[in-house]
Amino acid sequence: DSSTLTIETSLPFTAHNCDTPSRSVDTSPKELMSFFRDMALMRRMEIAADSLYKSKLIRGFCHLYDGQEAVCIGMEAAITKKDCIITSYRDHCTFLGRGGTLVQVFAELMGRQAGCAKGKGGSMHFYKKDAGFYGGHGIVGAQIPLGCGLAFAQKYSKDGNVTFALYGDGAANQGQLFEALNIAALLDLPAILVCENNHYGMGTAEWRAAKSPAYYKRGDYVAGLKVDGMDVLAVKQACKFAKEYALKKGPIILELDTYRYHGHSMSDPGSTYRTRDEVSGVRQERDPIERVRKLLLSHDIAAEKELKDIEKEVRKEVDEAIATAKESPMPDPSELFTNIYVKGLGVEACGVDRKENKVTLP
Amino acid sequence: MTVREALNSALDEEMSADHKVFLMGEEVGEYQGAYKISKGLLEKYGPERVLDTPITEAGFTGIGVGAAYYGLRPVVEFMTFNFSMQVLSGQQSCFAIDHIINSAAKSNYMSAGQISVPIVFRGPNGAAAGVGAQHSQCYAAWYASCPGLKVLSPYSSEDARGLLKAAIRDPDPVVFLENELLYGESFPVSDEALDSSFCLPIGKAKIEREGKDVTITAFSKMVGYALKAAEILSKEGINAEVINLRSIRPLDRSTINASVRKTNRLVTVEEGFPQHGVGAEICTSVIEESFGYLDAPVERVAGADVPMPYAANLERLAVPQVEDIVRAAKRACYRSVPMAAAA
Repeated sequence: DSSTLTIETSLPFTAHNCDTPSRSVDTSPKELMSFFRDMALMRRMEIAADSLYKSKLIRGFCHLYDGQEAVCIGMEAAITKKDCIITSYRDHCTFLGRGGTLVQVFAELMGRQAGCAKGKGGSMHFYKKDAGFYGGHGIVGAQIPLGCGLAFAQKYSKDGNVTFALYGDGAANQGQLFEALNIAALLDLPAILVCENNHYGMGTAEWRAAKSPAYYKRGDYVAGLKVDGMDVLAVKQACKFAKEYALKKGPIILELDTYRYHGHSMSDPGSTYRTRDEVSGVRQERDPIERVRKLLLSHDIAAEKELKDIEKEVRKEVDEAIATAKESPMPDPSELFTNIYVKGLGVEACGVDRKENKVTLP
Repeated sequence: MTVREALNSALDEEMSADHKVFLMGEEVGEYQGAYKISKGLLEKYGPERVLDTPITEAGFTGIGVGAAYYGLRPVVEFMTFNFSMQVLSGQQSCFAIDHIINSAAKSNYMSAGQISVPIVFRGPNGAAAGVGAQHSQCYAAWYASCPGLKVLSPYSSEDARGLLKAAIRDPDPVVFLENELLYGESFPVSDEALDSSFCLPIGKAKIEREGKDVTITAFSKMVGYALKAAEILSKEGINAEVINLRSIRPLDRSTINASVRKTNRLVTVEEGFPQHGVGAEICTSVIEESFGYLDAPVERVAGADVPMPYAANLERLAVPQVEDIVRAAKRACYRSVPMAAAA
């Protein structure tokens, strides 16, 4: 059912140096159903990644997104694949939102050939350039100037698209954000800086890291909008507004008030710097999936059972994807030497024992 | 043609040939370049393609890399300047090194070939004159140790033209290390090198002077010093072969080794710090591949193992001089040598 349905956001937007978008958001039963399904899939995917990590099938760092799904889904609902997205290391769901597959996610997490970067990137380095997703960046804040560079190239190419550069409240205090924002504003770049404020930079609460945690105002001369990041419709409305704004006037900051249920990474139980009550309180009162569930029920779009079935379906989908990913082989040892350069110029590259392992780069 | 004119013409021709090429950096536009490398380009290509940036290298380097992700071909100039025009340098790249290494060099690999980064980072590098420790340092070894980057360092005007054009056309990130003290130097240039299609191969060294008694490797300004040393040596009956590396990464190991197999002796010359330097890598390559051909220990001539001092006499002691190269070459040839003046 694609008929238009108008729903009020539960919280107002707060603007800095710009107008406020309307709280009435146009959607449709069909869209709300897809929001529910897509967010439930992301939630399930991240919970499955947690288990895979604990059974030692995923190595190294692993940062999960459960709780923050509305940011990704709301943003995707407002933009096209010609718009660019670049984000931090908490990137699994962003990749899925851009059209990546579950198998690519799990295979990459487990370092298999079928991964989105053939197992060479890992959890923090997912990419899907054909859908405008430029990674997955492990250096805190680096994606902000990089995103402004994408926006520069979009403006240079006059193609009428924008870039969303996502970062956390921890990165919001980085110097390179202000360097890049200054240049983006000087050049009127179509860059949307999205601060996903989950209130903790690793284990440091925002008020302990930022003299002013009003991140939407931190651009000073740059416009900003504070948004309930747990409300997928509010995120959609804000991103639509920001895209139009950026194409006309240049950069804008969106601060999306959100929450991560997991710790910062798998090595963080997430319980030393916040209370269990705080986490369960957010789950009960602000959960982005539950909010959509309530909307679907109250508007008689779906019955309880239907939604439960969808959750069962996505669970099965995730399990099947994991099974398929597990069947994918590890990357061939020859992949060690591929993609170092686009043009290797026939130069020799060495393995650990250069007498034993030496290849000519294509 | 001066090196400055060579670089300027290379930029001009590549910008004219490909709309995706643009120049950004401090003072590249209205100021016409702190060293006038970009003279006239703003007028010709406009502010959309010649961009003056604030003095915020991490920001504009990241922006340059992001633009390259999207498919543009940025040329990022590193530069700042002081009143005396004894300006800087690759030193600015320090602020930006995270983006050069982590955002540019590694992306093609991490993305399994999805995200290529056709970008050039260029600017003066190495010892300048009288600017003290923070503005006088060679970064060749730093960048050349990183897989994913290509590192070029021109000496002559022909090098500057051919290598810069090659760097801009290359699909990978290139660090292009110029030398402030060479910008005003004039070199004869062949007709072939003046053609707009002229390009030099990345990864190939040039034998500047053939010889049979000792091989001297050098890059950038030190090539000139090595050639002067070779002149002096020839008067004493030592016929030195001088290799202009041109490319620090990839390093032309085969040209170096072929030369050493002929001369059986090697002197490496660089302005950078000796420890883990370019000379150290060349020495290792020769030990690995041509050990049996060596008739003498390899000699390394490098910048002194100290931060660059300001005082003129101390500064002179901190960077290689022609007589240092002559002395090292004689030692490699087992000629008796006088003690160094300052030893």
